[in-house]
Amino acid sequence: MIVALSIFLITIGSIAFHFWSPWWWTEVASNWGNMDDTILLTFWITGAVFVAICFFVAYCVWKFSYKKERRAEYKPEDKKLESRLTWATAIGVAALLAPGLVVWNQYVTVPENAYKVEVFAYQWGWKYRLPGEDGKLGKTDIKYINDDNPFGLIIEDPNGKDDLLVDADELHVLKDRPVKFELRTIDVLHNFYVPQFRGKMDMVPGIITYYWLTPTRVGDFEVLCAEYCGTGHYAMRGRVIVDEEKDYKKWEAKQVTFEKMLAKSKENDNLQLVKKEK
Amino acid sequence: MSDEQDHKLEAKSDYVADASSVSTPDIDSVPDAELPDQELYHSHSWWTTYVFSQDAKYIGIQYALTAIGTGLLGLVLSWLMRIQLAFPGLGWLEPSSYYQFVTMHGMIMVVYLLTALFLGGFGNLLIPLMCGARDMAFPYVNMLSYWAFVVAVLVLLASFFVPGGPTGAGWTLYPPQAITAGTPGYNGGIILMLISLILFVAGFTMGGLNYIITVLQLRARGMTLMRMPLTIWGIFTATVLAMFAFPALLVGCLMMTLDSLLGTSFFMPAMVSLGETLTHEGGSPILFQHLFWFFGHPEVYIVALPAFGIVSDLLSVHSRKTIFGYRMMVWAIVGIGALSFFVWAHHMYVSGMNPWFGFFFATTTLIIAVPTAIKVYNWILTLWRGNIQLSLPMLFSLGFIVTFLNGGLTGLFLGNVTVDVPLSDTYFVVAHFHMVMGIAPILVIFGAIYHWYPLITGRMMDETLGKIHFWITFLGSYAIYFPMHYQGFVGVPRRYFEIYDSPYIDTSTLLLNKFITIAVLIVGAAQLLFLYNLFASARLGKKSEKNPWKANSLEWQTPQMPPEHGNWGKELPKVYRWPYDFSVPGAKEDYIPQNQPPSEIIGAKVEKT
Repeated sequence: MIVALSIFLITIGSIAFHFWSPWWWTEVASNWGNMDDTILLTFWITGAVFVAICFFVAYCVWKFSYKKERRAEYKPEDKKLESRLTWATAIGVAALLAPGLVVWNQYVTVPENAYKVEVFAYQWGWKYRLPGEDGKLGKTDIKYINDDNPFGLIIEDPNGKDDLLVDADELHVLKDRPVKFELRTIDVLHNFYVPQFRGKMDMVPGIITYYWLTPTRVGDFEVLCAEYCGTGHYAMRGRVIVDEEKDYKKWEAKQVTFEKMLAKSKENDNLQLVKKEK
Repeated sequence: MSDEQDHKLEAKSDYVADASSVSTPDIDSVPDAELPDQELYHSHSWWTTYVFSQDAKYIGIQYALTAIGTGLLGLVLSWLMRIQLAFPGLGWLEPSSYYQFVTMHGMIMVVYLLTALFLGGFGNLLIPLMCGARDMAFPYVNMLSYWAFVVAVLVLLASFFVPGGPTGAGWTLYPPQAITAGTPGYNGGIILMLISLILFVAGFTMGGLNYIITVLQLRARGMTLMRMPLTIWGIFTATVLAMFAFPALLVGCLMMTLDSLLGTSFFMPAMVSLGETLTHEGGSPILFQHLFWFFGHPEVYIVALPAFGIVSDLLSVHSRKTIFGYRMMVWAIVGIGALSFFVWAHHMYVSGMNPWFGFFFATTTLIIAVPTAIKVYNWILTLWRGNIQLSLPMLFSLGFIVTFLNGGLTGLFLGNVTVDVPLSDTYFVVAHFHMVMGIAPILVIFGAIYHWYPLITGRMMDETLGKIHFWITFLGSYAIYFPMHYQGFVGVPRRYFEIYDSPYIDTSTLLLNKFITIAVLIVGAAQLLFLYNLFASARLGKKSEKNPWKANSLEWQTPQMPPEHGNWGKELPKVYRWPYDFSVPGAKEDYIPQNQPPSEIIGAKVEKT
């Protein structure tokens, strides 16, 4: 009795917890609301199965508890029942899978009008690089990384000259414009994760990974690293700010191109040389 | 040497004579034995009896106790981590020790506790007994297997004492961070971890070959494959999986050791490490992930399949009812085992591998849900119209059904590639895998220990202590892991030493952390009750009758209980039926042991098995 009742109460309690606990996802801030929809669909189907099976178990425990004089039913197999259950499960599983694959197809297919942003990860922090006026990111190689060239751009590549280098952990993106994050790490694995955007992808040294999204509301969001990257993993935070066009332009205007940065550091070097000579 | 000869069981020579004996009625005939009876090694000193034992039953107990001891360390580590998560203000741990504890906890629980306990422990104890053999096929190799496991554990523990401490790379040991500065234990602890795993695999292979060959070659006369208890099917299939999966781990470990010690670049691309450019170039970190998960996913089933098998038997015995759909159950075990080699990259949806793989692996992963669901249906249909005894093994089996159901269903979230994107690397994943391959199999282990304890010691474990242990463990672990899924929905990432006041996480989520930690401390402490019961009952427990649960399988039908060396006395058992003939109409008792000849149960309407 107590056992049947506890299984029953656990089931009811789980449902109550699901609907009335304060813990739920953050308000979505990108086009990936359909990921939330696939989660909800999964919740309904799996939740129904959970409740049905738990109730069935509770009922059996209550109804068929041991009596010395009674014998259990002797029925080793029931082919019809087994095949019905198999088909019902297969259909349920297909109903979960199909929408999942449709959304995944959208997730891995970047729209052509998406603009690119490089997210640059290192132990333990974030930087960003925008393609500049030509819309193309210049080529890089980690062997060129030094104080004057923190992103390791190849100086001979003309596409890199107008790249805007954001040597800070804060990135601005445009509302309602699809953006493709090109993910690059110079050391270990990282993962660029903003809970409100839903998207995620590991960053792997040696290759550029990517994902895309369209921010749908203005706001200030925290960036977290979602792939374990060493002792400082938990402290690897950054910010993404979604702007309307006007605010974005203001921020963009403050960023320095690679060419200017090089010139500036040369100037600094010269100044120092002059100082030394004096 | 001659001393040994004298001890050899006399039964070995008269198997032929027995088969042709005229007195057996026709309906009791069983095919002749194809192999002569085993010649056993007999110990003749304290060392060969209690330390370097070659008796599978004894090796099983050695394996189990070593695994449980190591598991206790894993449990204490989880306490330390949870205290840090709930009360970050205490300044209790350094981030580096937190990550070291996370890593060691994970590896210990998955490999050194669960794998060793199910296959090394229950495998050794049950395979010869349930198949009707005198021992494993190769008892000496079996002994070596256990001692290799001991050395593996010692090497693992030694890593706590090397400079830099044990590795803090996470149990997945992903390079490059596992072997570069920035991760604790990157040049000492990780090497010991890799060596320990290599030793474990070597030791396990010795045991595994034994399990497979014993099941295939040494079954009693009449014990066809389709008459084997599901416990043996589960352990057997899991061992076959392990034989294919562990080599992937082995080469992964070897390659990473070379990367670390000799400067090769299997997994190491050109990279900068904390400001310093390394000499590696051209390696692929994702290659390691493929190798790891090619082992790692079957590993889930290496743990789960024995649990599936054992729980099927517990449910059937304690509800006095035939397991429902035996043949489907066998094919489901085999099917899950085969499919488990085609789903590994569902751990890597957002790893940066070619994203188009997602379609394939999401499909295979959801297909595997079908045979798994069939198993659940058959368990609950076994309860239907049963005669359910709420004994300790039954309580734990019921706990398993609820826990496994919950954990299995959340697998449908994570396996479905799109749904995985927001949830991966959050506490949803932590909650899912603890439910499905932590708590669920451990509940089966407890049920199995309460069930087979009389077989080992001849005494019963204390029922009251066992019930307290059950309720705290079952309800407590549900209270730990059910709410944890919702932290994952909020987006709390896993492997975070501290959350800080992230703007998107409100204080109630942190409060939930405190609740979970308190539950962890209580559930952990309740295991002390179990340990007390386990050791004290060996002396103080109520004496058990010969077949206390009135089970049908062979391990309860030995001439002595607990079974002696060689298990079967003079004559090996003959098997006439499957082990699930419970409550057969027309039979006198509500059970018919596998070795009871048909001539003794004339009136029973048994279906032919």
